[in-house]
Amino acid sequence: MSVSPQAMHEALREPWHSLHRQRQGVSFGVWVFLASEVMFFSGVLLLYAMYRILYSDSFATAARESNIWFGTINTAVLLTSSLTMAVASEGARAGLRRLTLWCLLITALLGLTFLVIKGFEYREDITEHLIPGPHFKLPDPTAQIFWALYWLLTGVHAVHVTIIALVALFNFQAWRRLRQLTSPAFEGLALYWHLVDMVWIFLYPLIYLPGRSG
Amino acid sequence: MSEVTFDGAALPTKERTRSYLTEGHTLSSWLFTTDHKRIAILYMAALTFFFFVGGLAAALIRLELFTPEGDLLSADGYNRAFTLHGVIMVWFFLVPSIPVTLGNFLLPLMIGASDVAFPKLNLTSWYIFMAAGLLAVYTILVGGVDTGWTFYTPLSTAFSNSHVVTAAGAVFISGFSTIATSVNFIATIHMLRAPGMTWFRLPLFVWALYTVSIVMVLATPVLAMVLLLVMAERVLGIPFFDAARGGDPLLFQHLFWFYSHPAVYIMILPAFGVISEIVTCFSRRRIFGYSFMVYAMLWITVIGFMVWGHHMFVSGMSIYASLVFSFLSFIIAVPSAIKVFNWTFTLYRGSVAFDSPMLYAIGFIGLFTIGGLTGLFLAAVPVDVHVTDTYFVVAHFHYIMVGGAVSAFYGGLHYWWPKMTGRLYPDGVARFAAILMFFGFAFTFTPMFIMGFLGMPRRYYTYPPEFQIWHVLASSGALLLAVAYLMPMAYLGWSLFRGQRAGDDPWWATGLEWRTTSPPPKENFFAPVRVDNDPYEYHPEDVGPHHEHKEPFRTQGEVG
Repeated sequence: MSVSPQAMHEALREPWHSLHRQRQGVSFGVWVFLASEVMFFSGVLLLYAMYRILYSDSFATAARESNIWFGTINTAVLLTSSLTMAVASEGARAGLRRLTLWCLLITALLGLTFLVIKGFEYREDITEHLIPGPHFKLPDPTAQIFWALYWLLTGVHAVHVTIIALVALFNFQAWRRLRQLTSPAFEGLALYWHLVDMVWIFLYPLIYLPGRSG
Repeated sequence: MSEVTFDGAALPTKERTRSYLTEGHTLSSWLFTTDHKRIAILYMAALTFFFFVGGLAAALIRLELFTPEGDLLSADGYNRAFTLHGVIMVWFFLVPSIPVTLGNFLLPLMIGASDVAFPKLNLTSWYIFMAAGLLAVYTILVGGVDTGWTFYTPLSTAFSNSHVVTAAGAVFISGFSTIATSVNFIATIHMLRAPGMTWFRLPLFVWALYTVSIVMVLATPVLAMVLLLVMAERVLGIPFFDAARGGDPLLFQHLFWFYSHPAVYIMILPAFGVISEIVTCFSRRRIFGYSFMVYAMLWITVIGFMVWGHHMFVSGMSIYASLVFSFLSFIIAVPSAIKVFNWTFTLYRGSVAFDSPMLYAIGFIGLFTIGGLTGLFLAAVPVDVHVTDTYFVVAHFHYIMVGGAVSAFYGGLHYWWPKMTGRLYPDGVARFAAILMFFGFAFTFTPMFIMGFLGMPRRYYTYPPEFQIWHVLASSGALLLAVAYLMPMAYLGWSLFRGQRAGDDPWWATGLEWRTTSPPPKENFFAPVRVDNDPYEYHPEDVGPHHEHKEPFRTQGEVG
């Protein structure tokens, strides 16, 4: 199925003169924004690095309290969603409507699955008193820093995962033909979704793996 | 060599009188516009409001300090006043000021585009900014915040009883607006330059916007994260900087200044761009050392990220770290000095005209030089230890941020006002305001250098009587400065209704923004733009803008 000139025309937005250039512009803009996101996470990862060097034993003890099953399953879920998102983005570009719609739907559902699993994990963490504060499970106060970073990092990441709302919206728009498949926005959204995935690839070893080797 | 020529007077009347201002007069035609020029005006309205709010807090501070006793404000009230002044002026006026107003309006015009790369994102960023502004106003109304604009831990996380969370939240949200604008600018400059507008033909103002956007994209998120940590620690009680649980409050300072030192360059880089445009135009000369001006800004962009530690010489960093930061801070003075020299050399043998934008620009060069040189005092560890947290520091950064950035903002506003509104203001009054601003500023902040060096600490609302003479001088100067800031609002406002029509290019300037009508039409240009020449071709006379209307230059006795 080829892309009709009319479809290209409808996806073109001001102030661009060609869809090709608009597509480049959207990708470039998202890449610049991703640089910003990287700096956002690197600030708190610096904190993590410093505290882990200072309190390596206590970090190992604290990290063993995390539930590696939830973390590992979620990693698989998120990596798969990144695959379907990549397929959706390329499918949209090639004009493969059915493939794009299905892959967007699966991406959104996998993202939702991630959040649901994360919710069960949070419930377990709460019942086990892993929230830093007076009733914290572990005696060593520095272990609270690990869990403070856990809540902040996974929380901020989970907020990023809510971008699936946009995935679902694009899916709906593409389904109802309100958004042309030639729209560069699919690729922009895919780039962003891969960042969400990449951040998790950093978080998984930092949160679930310390202290589990021995 | 051909230059883009345009003669607005030759257009049919209907075309000539059509402009971005005439495309709809309803409120919604403004609030839902995606035209970068209208968004610039929306930003201008918002920033004027915040400039008043921040200025009001400054007035309270200067009034309180008129006498050594605390007679106007309580100790706590004074803390809240200077925090309000800092937070509003830094994040709701200075950081956005030139990029979102002049930059938004001019960037597409200067590169020959019809709009920024993502017009809807541009409008969204204004709404985000307004949401942040509302939260800031709410914070003020419910009692304000008393930590100082720096939000230092553990004061902000554990001890302050004021509204830290909403204040930090407002700054956090405004960061998204900054990032959105800068992503837009970077994409615009990369993707939408007109044919022939190569990188080294870009006006220096565009280069300034480019470099400042890079700093904004990379520095702002770090501030966002550190403020998020402060809010989380304060609201949820989870420890990041809590020394009782092994946290390190100093880490906050590192992350905060990793943003807030580059933030100084966020404020001053656009000002550099404005000054370069004005100085070339009013000395009728090509800018001296164009490529060095570009490399100097790029140099500042990179090194600006490596000097944050000079804010922390007395915070207990290792002496080795201090010396490295001190060395790098001296290094970053070099590109700034290159820029000052190049502006000066541009003036040299130029045909200098002292119109009001030029007076602001020359005032800028003087005040920025003093601000920069006193920065070197502070970059030297031993001197810094002596003057840390004194009025010397206050004077230094106001010379950069107010004497520098705000002067440049007013200069740029006067320079491009005819383009934005199509009207000329009375230049005599404007010149008076420009000179008054220079003197009012020097009057206000020069005494602060002296009292700071003598030991007057900052952020104190009472002081020993021997400092009173300096405080009285500063407070009186502040009155002059306030008048100088208010005057343009009056005559610029008047010019909107009664000002003379400006024509396309009242200054006979180079630059694509002058190759269209004033005010420009919604799509910016009447014909596709092609660029065949370098920027700032003012000289020699027979290639400068509008040379065809000028009498040819002849020396005495020459026959031709």
